[in-house]
Amino acid sequence: MNQILEKTIFEYSRPGRVAAAQCPPAADAALVASAKATIPQALQRRDAPLLPQASELDVVRHFTRLSQLNFSIDTNFYPLGSCTMKYNPKACNQYAMLPEFLGRHPLAPASQGQGFLSCMYELQEMLKEVTGMKAVSLNPMAGAHGEFAGVAMIRAYHRSRGDLARNEIIVPEAAHGTNPATATMCGCIVKEIPVDAEGDVDLDALAKVLGPNTAGIMLTNPSTLGVFERKIEQVAKMVHEAGGLLYYDGANLNAILGKVRPGDMGFDVIHMNLHKTFSTPHGGGGPGAGAVGVSARLEPFLPVPVVSREGDHYRWLSEADRPLSIGRLSAFMGNAGVLLRAYVYMRMLGREGMSRVGEFATLNANYLLARLQAAGFDLAYPTRRASHEFIITLKRQAKELNVTAMDVAKRLLDYGFHAPTTYFPLLVPECLLIEPTETESKETLDAFVEAMVAILAEAETDAEKVKGAPYTMPVRRLDDVRAAKQLDLTWKPVDSAA
Amino acid sequence: MSQVPAELKYAKSHEWVRVLSDGRVEIGITDHAQSALGDLVFVDIPEVGRELAAGEACAVVESVKAASDVYTPIAGRVVESNAELATAPEQVNQDCYGSGWLLRLEPASADELAGLLSAEAYTELLAAQGN
Repeated sequence: MNQILEKTIFEYSRPGRVAAAQCPPAADAALVASAKATIPQALQRRDAPLLPQASELDVVRHFTRLSQLNFSIDTNFYPLGSCTMKYNPKACNQYAMLPEFLGRHPLAPASQGQGFLSCMYELQEMLKEVTGMKAVSLNPMAGAHGEFAGVAMIRAYHRSRGDLARNEIIVPEAAHGTNPATATMCGCIVKEIPVDAEGDVDLDALAKVLGPNTAGIMLTNPSTLGVFERKIEQVAKMVHEAGGLLYYDGANLNAILGKVRPGDMGFDVIHMNLHKTFSTPHGGGGPGAGAVGVSARLEPFLPVPVVSREGDHYRWLSEADRPLSIGRLSAFMGNAGVLLRAYVYMRMLGREGMSRVGEFATLNANYLLARLQAAGFDLAYPTRRASHEFIITLKRQAKELNVTAMDVAKRLLDYGFHAPTTYFPLLVPECLLIEPTETESKETLDAFVEAMVAILAEAETDAEKVKGAPYTMPVRRLDDVRAAKQLDLTWKPVDSAA
Repeated sequence: MSQVPAELKYAKSHEWVRVLSDGRVEIGITDHAQSALGDLVFVDIPEVGRELAAGEACAVVESVKAASDVYTPIAGRVVESNAELATAPEQVNQDCYGSGWLLRLEPASADELAGLLSAEAYTELLAAQGN
């Protein structure tokens, strides 16, 4: 299956073909000459770079066609569990794109960027307030990056006290895969513990692994099972008494926004996926923003720079102000454009709006859950109320009809819905993790239920039809095994030898 | 219904153990495990000579769905790892009790084998889990 959906822009290239109207005016020859004089001869490029030469029309068609291959939140309902694919209001984009923000150089002195710094300061303050933490750093540029910062701070804290044996991080089996990966990257040993039949952490198993080597525990609450960890206060007490710290994975923060604060649950450090909860665009690899918040005892270790306010003046705190900082995690201060979008989003919501996010995210999830259950789908945790997401298991359908979760996911595409998360979390067989978010209307949720019901009927009468899906997408069922084994993303221009 | 050969011993975490004629043991994952994981795309096997404690994570099996740890059911020293899986992880899916074996151990003690599940007990475990 080597169907070409759209050629690369290089394949449209013909020598000398340009869009004259789009060309910038030629640079001043004297300026170019003086600039060249500052670059050693040996480092100067001799050949022109291999850039495509195409007409304006070819370029417009190429990128328009590429965008039409995309399945996105702007085109379709996207209930991808644990990813919080909510609508990104265009106003956030609009304000972050103000020329004064766009034109600011990251190395410009703080005195010339007081407006931008004040936005970042207020963003830090709002994130502190909504999570109940003592201090925030906006540095990390993705969720996993924030996790890395968080666990690095936990390690730095123990080390600063001379408590060198603490190198074990406890992770429940329902955790995000990034949690054990983060702990390992920070040089820790991962201790996995089970959850009980209702999805709460197994406290006996926790007690067994706690000890003088415990650095901390990483938890997502609500968990990836779509349920709130009800024993969180007890977990916090046990871990703190053992000398460990609590890490909050903010992946599911949307469910509790404005309602419960991780700081009040006893967490010492938290990362927030601004690109999920605070509605900056994501999917397809970012850019993200994984701001971290900490309790008082971890504040000295926060990554720099952090914005501080002194009177009516804002400035960046650096290593000089924070000698115990774990350091810098990005070239400047994080993904400025993403942080600005999150800032505008939070300002638009306000305090009241933020609790409505949590309320409607939860209401929408529970509405979908109730309707799908009534339609004959099996819930993974039927005794529990959903948080902002929930799991259905198609184990019965896989056994009786030979139709798997992946088959249903692919068929949903034909009905115009992005598939929910499949086969995660792993401990629920044949599962779909469904997260509608607060931004969807009842009509959209109802249409999704209707599609699921129609697919279930197809599975019962014509399983092959479901197993052959999708039929209406730019590509049919892909060979994901071959893609994983023989990944080849290189492309050579036809006349590169010339 | 997944296959559970009668002559092997099993662990709750879905590994099987075969006692070879020289007293060494061969370890792999069960038919149920490979079927739940789906098509494997990568297998990480332990280095020869590594000492393993019972229940220690000793290998990683990665499918298009997920990566999963494999735990050794008994303690011992790794004497051989199935290097062919590096280029042909699909052997675990095709023949999990044969060419898809993962590692061979010099067991620390023969007594541990008695603590493992029989084929019958493992079949019951699968049934209890609804498989």
